[in-house]
Amino acid sequence: MVLKIFFPQCCNTADSGLLVGHWIPGHNSAVVLAVIHYPFIPGQVKKYLSELQSQTQVDLTVLGSWSMPKEGKEGMDSFLKDLSTIFPQKCWLQLSREIGKRGFICQVVQNNGKLLQDREQKNGDESSEGDKIILIHYDQRKVMLSQLHPVQDVSQKSDIEPSELRLVFQTVAQSQPLFFLDKYDDGPLKLTHWQSEGREASIIAELLKQASVPVCIFLTWLLSLWHWFCMVLKMLFISSKLSTCVQSGYRAVHFKTVFSPKKAATHMEFMRKANIFVSFLLDIALGLLLISWLYRENRISKLADTLVPVADRVAKELQELLEWLMGAPAGLKMNRALDQVLGRFFLYHIHLWSSYIHLMSPFIERILWYVGLSACLGLTFALSVLSDIVALLTFHIYCFYVYGARLYCLKIYGLSSLWRLFRGKKWNVLRQRVDSCSYDLDQLFIGTLLFTILLFLLPTTALYYLVFTLLRLVVVLFQGVIHLSVDFINSFHLFAIGLRICRPYRLAEGVKFKVLCQEPGTPLHLMMEINPLKCSSVLQCYRTPTYSCYPKDSWAALCKKLFVGELIYPWKQKTDKTD
Amino acid sequence: MAEEEFTDINGNSISLDCQTRSAFCREFTVTSPKLSLRKVMVYTCFVWLFAYAVFFFTEVDHETLLIIGSLGVQLSSSCASGRESTIFIEMNKLKDIVINEAVYMHGIIYYLCILIKDPADPETVTSVVPLFQSSKPRLNCLVQVYRSCQEILAQSR
Repeated sequence: MVLKIFFPQCCNTADSGLLVGHWIPGHNSAVVLAVIHYPFIPGQVKKYLSELQSQTQVDLTVLGSWSMPKEGKEGMDSFLKDLSTIFPQKCWLQLSREIGKRGFICQVVQNNGKLLQDREQKNGDESSEGDKIILIHYDQRKVMLSQLHPVQDVSQKSDIEPSELRLVFQTVAQSQPLFFLDKYDDGPLKLTHWQSEGREASIIAELLKQASVPVCIFLTWLLSLWHWFCMVLKMLFISSKLSTCVQSGYRAVHFKTVFSPKKAATHMEFMRKANIFVSFLLDIALGLLLISWLYRENRISKLADTLVPVADRVAKELQELLEWLMGAPAGLKMNRALDQVLGRFFLYHIHLWSSYIHLMSPFIERILWYVGLSACLGLTFALSVLSDIVALLTFHIYCFYVYGARLYCLKIYGLSSLWRLFRGKKWNVLRQRVDSCSYDLDQLFIGTLLFTILLFLLPTTALYYLVFTLLRLVVVLFQGVIHLSVDFINSFHLFAIGLRICRPYRLAEGVKFKVLCQEPGTPLHLMMEINPLKCSSVLQCYRTPTYSCYPKDSWAALCKKLFVGELIYPWKQKTDKTD
Repeated sequence: MAEEEFTDINGNSISLDCQTRSAFCREFTVTSPKLSLRKVMVYTCFVWLFAYAVFFFTEVDHETLLIIGSLGVQLSSSCASGRESTIFIEMNKLKDIVINEAVYMHGIIYYLCILIKDPADPETVTSVVPLFQSSKPRLNCLVQVYRSCQEILAQSR
């Protein structure tokens, strides 16, 4: 079997000492985590290792000895051999470097005294089992911070044994407490690991970490107040229809995730928290940009000034449309009486609507000014408010659509049931099927009469229905576009993409091996590098689950609903519990 | 006679040359160049450079199979522009390396492939990864690689 030793790059130039690490069970490989330098007291080493073992749940042991030759210091060999008796091991590794050679020399002593060497057997005898040693160099800091994908939860019990590489990554990641003490510290033990290359932490980062816990607790308390307020609002039916309230509720849930004082346990939780936080910051930044653009040069009052004329214009266009329908639209001949009734009915509505708008017009500027300030809560808020304003301004179109659709729907139902009567059949509600039925003569007479009336009035109603449905669809499409962009801002995981671009080793798809130079007498040296995750996999893996609006029905179902005259609400919000 | 600016009915420029041979003999020449050599050469150069750039960035230059006994197999392919893509398959996921025959159109081709298994279920082959897809070597080359890989795989089993 081949013995694999994972050796950190930072220890390549370390002074002589003991190798500390972990034997990976079942795979005949060892991970070297640090080097303890001379002088040391063996008792202290053992005590320290057992303390760390209880802290990290990693079985840390002394793996062997490391000797780096320096001028003037010879005679370490015999000292090194004696060490193997102090730290009893199944296998004792002896790694050493020679001046002038780049490769390491590796000797493995098994506890029965048999020496395994990696030397080319010149006589090629069968007594050697061909045991070979592979030395794999890895960048300790990168492996410690990186996460292998697909992510497997450590707490999750799975039947599959984690693979060797996954165990190596887990071991290095879990041994963080080992890396706190350094050879520059005044402790009983002097260690070399990745921290010896240079301290990384900065004061500001440390202060932020300390301050974040009380800030999180305060924000969680604020959030509970806001949540109680939202519960009160939810009693109102209208709050589930206004997209602003939906968006604010959604953000509140987000904040609960981000600002919970509990530290993120798993990688996925951490990524989700970070993604939400970064997307929230981006949202606020875009919102502030929008505010600075809107309030400069008093654009907001200009906008308010154009709002009332636009509403008036829409009302006028609708009026002209209705008058066109009341005449002979597209050359079709309408039923005069019904036409006039419907046309006048809708015209009166438009008249009411424009008078309401005119009533509101002095207050519009003030209201818009304050509503525009809400964009400081984020661009998504501003877009939701815009969507709500559009919905309110086109409320009359919605009303007309409902009236037209109901009329049309009633007509279609009437027609279909009278058609059944015409043929002598009836709809059996109990059996949910069409049954034959014998009608009386007067029932047949009235039924046929009504059927004829409804049939000839159908084109008029159908035309009104068609026109208002088209208008409604235009408004719905516009709202849908706004909702989609809100959704995009909500769910875009900028943090994951940024991490992939700036620190590609954090998200690892796998590893890459490179063969380092080969010198005779030394084992095989490999360089293990992290293979970062592909951008498309990042996008797929870290999608924030969103309350995205998506079409509730397929195209066929939508067309059927339109034909029958059922009211359509094409965008469905995922979390509507009341629906 | 002097030359003036004339154009034909489509707007392309032509030139008129009048030559008086004698008092009662005149010669008129109308020149309409259809093809200019410079333009043709420039267009050809552009097309070739574009094709070269496309090949530079997309075509695979060389593919590597690195097999490390008891650790795994690494496949990498690199383009002329230096872009590399690498996959590492661990030994516990690798079932075997075999040469497969495939009927392709009117002929039979051989390709070397790696059989992948799920460590939990060692008997079934979950997927097949073909090797050397861009270079497509013939059987003699594949046999050499195959024999060599099998030696290493036999050692690590």
